[in-house]
Amino acid sequence: MASKPRTLYEKIWNAHVIERREDGTCLVYIDRHLVHEVTSPQAFEALRIAGRKLRRPDLTLAVPDHNVPTTARVDDAGNQLPIADPQSAAQLAALEKNVADFGIRYFDAVAPQQGIVHVVGPEQGFSLPGATIVCGDSHTAAHGGVGALAFGIGTSEVEHVLATQTLLLSPSKTMEVRVEGELGPGITSKDLILHIIGVIGTAGGTGYVIEYRGRVFDEMSVEGRLTVCNMSIEGGARAGLIAPDETTFAYLKGRPMAPQGADWDAAVAWWRTLATDPGASFDKTVVIDAADIEPCVTWGTSPEDVVAIGGAVPSPESFADPSKREAAQKSLDYMGLEPGTRMADIPVENIFIGSCTNSRIEDLRAAAAVLKGRRKADNVGWAIVVPGSGLVKAQAEEEGLDRIFTAAGFEWREPGCSACLGMNPDKVAPGTRCASTSNRNFVGRQGPGARTHLLSPAMAAAAAVTGRLTDVRDLGEA
Amino acid sequence: MKELAEIEGRAIPYGAKNVDTDVIIPARWLKTITREGLGEGAFETVREKHDNVFDDPEYAGAPILIAGDNFGCGSSREHAAWALLDMGVRAVIAPSFSDIFASNAFKNGILTVALPQEQVDRLLEVARTQPLHIDLEAQSVTTPMQDRFRFEIDSFRKHCLLEGLDEVGLTLERSDAITNYEQRQRSDAPWLAKGVNA
Ligand code: SF4
Repeated sequence: MASKPRTLYEKIWNAHVIERREDGTCLVYIDRHLVHEVTSPQAFEALRIAGRKLRRPDLTLAVPDHNVPTTARVDDAGNQLPIADPQSAAQLAALEKNVADFGIRYFDAVAPQQGIVHVVGPEQGFSLPGATIVCGDSHTAAHGGVGALAFGIGTSEVEHVLATQTLLLSPSKTMEVRVEGELGPGITSKDLILHIIGVIGTAGGTGYVIEYRGRVFDEMSVEGRLTVCNMSIEGGARAGLIAPDETTFAYLKGRPMAPQGADWDAAVAWWRTLATDPGASFDKTVVIDAADIEPCVTWGTSPEDVVAIGGAVPSPESFADPSKREAAQKSLDYMGLEPGTRMADIPVENIFIGSCTNSRIEDLRAAAAVLKGRRKADNVGWAIVVPGSGLVKAQAEEEGLDRIFTAAGFEWREPGCSACLGMNPDKVAPGTRCASTSNRNFVGRQGPGARTHLLSPAMAAAAAVTGRLTDVRDLGEA
Repeated sequence: MKELAEIEGRAIPYGAKNVDTDVIIPARWLKTITREGLGEGAFETVREKHDNVFDDPEYAGAPILIAGDNFGCGSSREHAAWALLDMGVRAVIAPSFSDIFASNAFKNGILTVALPQEQVDRLLEVARTQPLHIDLEAQSVTTPMQDRFRFEIDSFRKHCLLEGLDEVGLTLERSDAITNYEQRQRSDAPWLAKGVNA
């Protein structure tokens, strides 16, 4: 008898269950664990107090990203510069001590491979299709872009993985987001995921793992897939997945931590079996028509507050649900916006191109293509580009993208999380607006009082040029 | 993790609804490297007001906190549980909890007691003058005024809290099963088993 058709999620899940408890909870093996400086110190502290060891330091990779300043890290003489903020310095020092004490592979703050964990993992071939990947960070979902089951965990779970290489988990429900048709010219993976979140809402994916399906994803680069899966968490989902295919294999082949030789061939053979079987069923399906998607921007303080750039700030009255109405009013007060204002009339004073959502080489190329031969508008005070990793930075410099950015009035920074969250010195000034390629527009996320509009790298570049939110398709030739 | 069988003592009659983890411990406290000392930042924004329950000497060192619906919503930061522990709180009573908070609390040996709103209201009233008693074995909260409210708790969590077992310790007992899995993986998927130091 042929076995029951299974989804990609079910195949990866089943391959990792060590044992099932009576209540349905499963002990699940974790293949790869990424560690950064913010969510790990207390996990290592607990291990030390209990006198516990790391089960598999060889499946763990650590890199600092959240706190490290994105200004120069070495002086002209090549000496490493100290971190000014004492708490950030302490977190970094703790990480350095922990990786040394426990024997963990580490890219330090000045290593060429240093960068945002979710950029570094796929880039190094550490993140692999069909693997279970965790990190003490909710945007771990990104790694679903290479077909890995990847999700964020809390500090106790970090400790659990360090000590046992497993987690106790309940299976998720499966949700298919099927995008039909083709994206219009100039529509990017960021517009697509913002649109999807606008449709399903920030709680739409709660309890689910989303698999993104349809020709749009088959034809998308791995970088675009990472962007889409990254924001699954903004749709409430635990993880996002895109089936690994030839594009994935070509992306991973030859990366430093990817399998080599006979291992590679065996790996690819298994990866090819992972795609969802025809006839497999999902617990929920959402169908989206690609033709409906315009360049998207957010107007409020929740990632679901999405409109097309041609649209206007909605009126709170337009929401049927009273709690949504109230939330919309609060959002508008915080954002300093009036209902009915055309999105394209909203001026911005800051531009942030970066974060684990949009800091890979393709993102920088897309932004640079818009900025080439142009300059930021006078009302744009602060504009920074923060590559996702040292390798992205080096590649961009080789292509001359850094010079396009600096000629356009942008600052070209060292890799890290930067202004994605107000945890390091890169903050948006209170009450000012930022066109940002990151993933969260929460109150205070980019600094106290900061007003964030989420959009794609090309749209962020367009906003820099005109000094207001702008449809990049209207910009024409430079 | 310390065993927890009975808790006897004053309860902070806070009562607020939808208390998110930002209220329990503001984001600026996330940059610490140990669990200790977070009690100082707990409810920082609430404590800016003069007559707040947290600084009322009446409830100093109280091992119980009483709150409203949906306690611990918002960001999943575990610092919320650590901050409560550091304040000396071992149990929180509320009509409901966010799932993530409840799970973080449990992992850190804090008991979450969900009771119907009217019972929570009664406890809020009693707590102003009297101590409360929580008996985990009997799954009950009692007051010196003869109130007795039963609560539900998952039997696994109850067992762990009573014995002071943490999840890591429990999983380590399954290390043979994990080793078997690893051996299987080494032959079925050697590229995954190899890791990054190979
Ligand atoms: S870039 Fe932003 S979202 Fe991504 S890991 Fe860093 S802080 Fe989190």
